[in-house]
Amino acid sequence: MNTPQVLPRVITRRPVRPRLPPVTSTVFKHLVLIVVGAVVAYPFYFMVTTALKDFFEATANPPTLFPTSLHFENYVEAWSRQPWARYFANTVFIAAATVGGEIVIAILAAYAFAQMNFRGKNVLFALFLATYMMPSEATLIPNFVMMSKAPPGVNPLFPIPRLNLYDTYAAQILPFLASAFSVFLLRQQFLAIPRELRDAAVIDGAGHLRFLWSIVLPLSVPALVTVAILSFYASWNSFLWPFIVTSSEAVRPVQVGLNAFRAEAGSQYHLLMAASSFVVAPIVLLYLIGQRFLVQGVARTGIRG
Amino acid sequence: MITAVVVYRHRSISSPKVSGGAIAITERAASRRRRVFVEHAQAYLFLIPAIAFLGLFKILPAFYAIYISLFRWDVVQGAFRGLDNYFDILWQNSTRAQAFWQSLSTTVTYALITVPIEIALALVVAYVLFQKLRGRDIYRTIYYLPYVTSTVAAATVFSAVFHPQFGLVNTLLGSIGIRGLTWYQEPDGVFQMLGNALGFAVPDWSAGPSLALVGVAIFSIWHFLGFQILIFLGGLGNIPFEYYEAAKLDGANQWQLFRRITLPLLSPQIFFVFTIASIGVLRAFNEIFVLTNGGPLDTTRTVTMLLFRTFFQQGQIGLGSAIGVLLTILILAFTLIQFGVFERRVTYT
Repeated sequence: MNTPQVLPRVITRRPVRPRLPPVTSTVFKHLVLIVVGAVVAYPFYFMVTTALKDFFEATANPPTLFPTSLHFENYVEAWSRQPWARYFANTVFIAAATVGGEIVIAILAAYAFAQMNFRGKNVLFALFLATYMMPSEATLIPNFVMMSKAPPGVNPLFPIPRLNLYDTYAAQILPFLASAFSVFLLRQQFLAIPRELRDAAVIDGAGHLRFLWSIVLPLSVPALVTVAILSFYASWNSFLWPFIVTSSEAVRPVQVGLNAFRAEAGSQYHLLMAASSFVVAPIVLLYLIGQRFLVQGVARTGIRG
Repeated sequence: MITAVVVYRHRSISSPKVSGGAIAITERAASRRRRVFVEHAQAYLFLIPAIAFLGLFKILPAFYAIYISLFRWDVVQGAFRGLDNYFDILWQNSTRAQAFWQSLSTTVTYALITVPIEIALALVVAYVLFQKLRGRDIYRTIYYLPYVTSTVAAATVFSAVFHPQFGLVNTLLGSIGIRGLTWYQEPDGVFQMLGNALGFAVPDWSAGPSLALVGVAIFSIWHFLGFQILIFLGGLGNIPFEYYEAAKLDGANQWQLFRRITLPLLSPQIFFVFTIASIGVLRAFNEIFVLTNGGPLDTTRTVTMLLFRTFFQQGQIGLGSAIGVLLTILILAFTLIQFGVFERRVTYT
């Protein structure tokens, strides 16, 4: 169980990138990229600047490009109009629980698929693949029915099990704990662990758990970070499911909170933009820090969210 | 991408042929059986949590969706209806069937606007971005930004940018003489509006998608452009440089290089983006919910929106579930095409 650092790093493979032949002049290329970049970036610029305008300037026609005076108090006001602290705490808790649970469950399953022999492996793998292909729209309504309470006085022959979790954290966490996608991604990674390592570990008397913990996981950190980040994004940005299974502010996540604030703020766009900024800020920050992992994860897996 | 390739591992069974005595052999066989049993049991143990949660929230519900769709189920479970819900949605000459077919046509229109533009634009940007340029990483960081932003927040921003009175888009259009577009509140078809502006009447059947739907499509293109660029950049990185050099030696020009080498060798990525963007359009909900909520005059009511309204706003769970099953079939069709083609590609190379 020594010298794992001599192994090739299995996931951060950077292909040698030969350049395409130049199409046209560098200036023209930059021009294309800048125009597209400006269009892509403008909504962000608009969001941040409008959040600093006062009401009259925010709804002025034509719009001003720069705020004539900076109104940082918009953030304070937007923050005070909804229990944002609660929403953020809820979202962080839900995202952390989802990511933590999902990663543990996925590690175990992926390890079994990659490194263990058992009967029915192919059948089970096909089953996982099938669930991966199943879109969330397929399970939206039945999961909603399962989360809600059974109505009294109805006794169907085949009742759908009721978990009675409407408007709870659990309703927002449990359905996302097992992700076939994460299992596949980690399985690919675990398959790349050389067989010799397992043999050496067995000779040293290590069982599966010990091998997994001290050899496989340390070698798989980039893949684990990728899974964690993708899962965190999905959790942070999810809207439809929490929107239909929650009703109270106590368990409401930020996206649903922003939607509630949208209805409340009406045409007070300066406040709406302030609220949008702080809903977007943490995820953009995470993106700027963990860009490498996110980009790799998306490039390797083709997940589109 | 996940390819459905199952890797078989050799079961390294050492045959206990020679070593001493029948007793030793049976003992060894017994211990091997024990080891195999322990291994299997352990593997199942590792898989139990994943199977339990997938089973409870993915596999069982898939069957429940069909089960629910066979009942009259308005808030509470009612009478068994067989396939009548499907009949109502698909065939019955009713408002319900009209709504479904209209929503399907809206979805297809939405896809026809969004997907080709997404692909073409991303292809151009990726092609330019792939070359040696200063500041590539900055461009890339900016292009991927919308993709990570939450749809609710981004769509809220768009509703302001496209605001009829004080949005930037109308200010810019106003400077070239186009005034008074109401974007996300505009139910009129774009061809019809164009015809009106140019002074000729456009027949109803060719009114085109509503301006609101075009606005939603613009949002989708903006939101997913970075993703497509990312996929294309990966594909471009896989094309061997020697091909270009050989073609250049043969006297190929820039356009021929792009047309004869880049495009064909990028076709797996183009196909992948096509399927996944189509699936994305079929599933799109948040942006429509925020920008138009299915209006104006139902012109942006896609199948997903219809599903949401039927199930959540009207409380018709049985009918909603039937729409959900139909939508799932549509999405699965694209998914299967995608997987099937990819498997063939894999075996080619």
